[in-house]
Amino acid sequence: MIQRFANPNRFMRLSAAVVPWMAGATMILGAAGLYLGLFQAPADYQQGESVRIMYVHVPAAWMALFCYTSMAAASATALIWKHPLADLAARSTAPIGICFTFLALITGSLWGKPMWGTWWVWDARLTSVLVLFFLYLGYMALVNAFDDPARGAKAAAVLALVGFVNVPIIKFSVDWWNSLHQPASVLKLGGPSIHPSMLAPLLLMALAFTTYYFWVLLVRLRAEIISGKIRAIRLRQVHG
Amino acid sequence: MDRGFSESVSAFLDMGGYAAFVWPSFAITAVVLVGMLVASLRWLRSTEAALAALQAERGAKRGAGEAAGEA
Repeated sequence: MIQRFANPNRFMRLSAAVVPWMAGATMILGAAGLYLGLFQAPADYQQGESVRIMYVHVPAAWMALFCYTSMAAASATALIWKHPLADLAARSTAPIGICFTFLALITGSLWGKPMWGTWWVWDARLTSVLVLFFLYLGYMALVNAFDDPARGAKAAAVLALVGFVNVPIIKFSVDWWNSLHQPASVLKLGGPSIHPSMLAPLLLMALAFTTYYFWVLLVRLRAEIISGKIRAIRLRQVHG
Repeated sequence: MDRGFSESVSAFLDMGGYAAFVWPSFAITAVVLVGMLVASLRWLRSTEAALAALQAERGAKRGAGEAAGEA
């Protein structure tokens, strides 16, 4: 199964067919999520209208973790099975993941100021997400730091795997340490403790962010594969 | 315009006094995600154009070589 998708020519055909669906799904899910989140969902009884920041903050934070997990899984696949697309998938995921991490930090800060009275605190949840941001940054610097792309990919893959230890730390930081940040209210044992009128836009936005990730990932993977072809043609020209 | 309508629009824009936090959150998210998408699409277009140019160049050389061989 994996071998079938490993063929770059097959991937180019498949991704060309999937990209428009991801684009359409992102726009429809995003529009529905924004409509429900901004117009239909009620204000929170404690937080008032500021709770609407949740509809961008929480999906961005989920995707920051999802992208890092995908990047680590792709890196492991690349290291163990030398899968030809795995390195490219990890490399293409990093810039998308860092965007989501940046958004989680910024929107969290914009939510923290009115609710906690501060833009930032050095507590476990916020600090571990900041570490995630620097892990992405380190990965992107390392993957391009070598003249030989294969060496850069290998070094960056090791960093991605070592840094994966941070992902469960982020997820459980609100349970393990005292934090200003509230604990999980959707992804937890016993099911979500959030009203359906708020859960629906939250999940729609999360789905929209997920299809957005696959949309941009496929676009970047196509660009990486074409860049590889161009490099191969130029090398052949140089070496006759 | 209907006064009730414009009042409800300004109440919506006010976000219960949290407008300065809610709207920047949505605006920054939109700017970053659209920016990432546009940059990725532009990069793909530029690689596609570069590959097409290289292939046309190679095709032209090959065509020229074949013509020379026939002569």
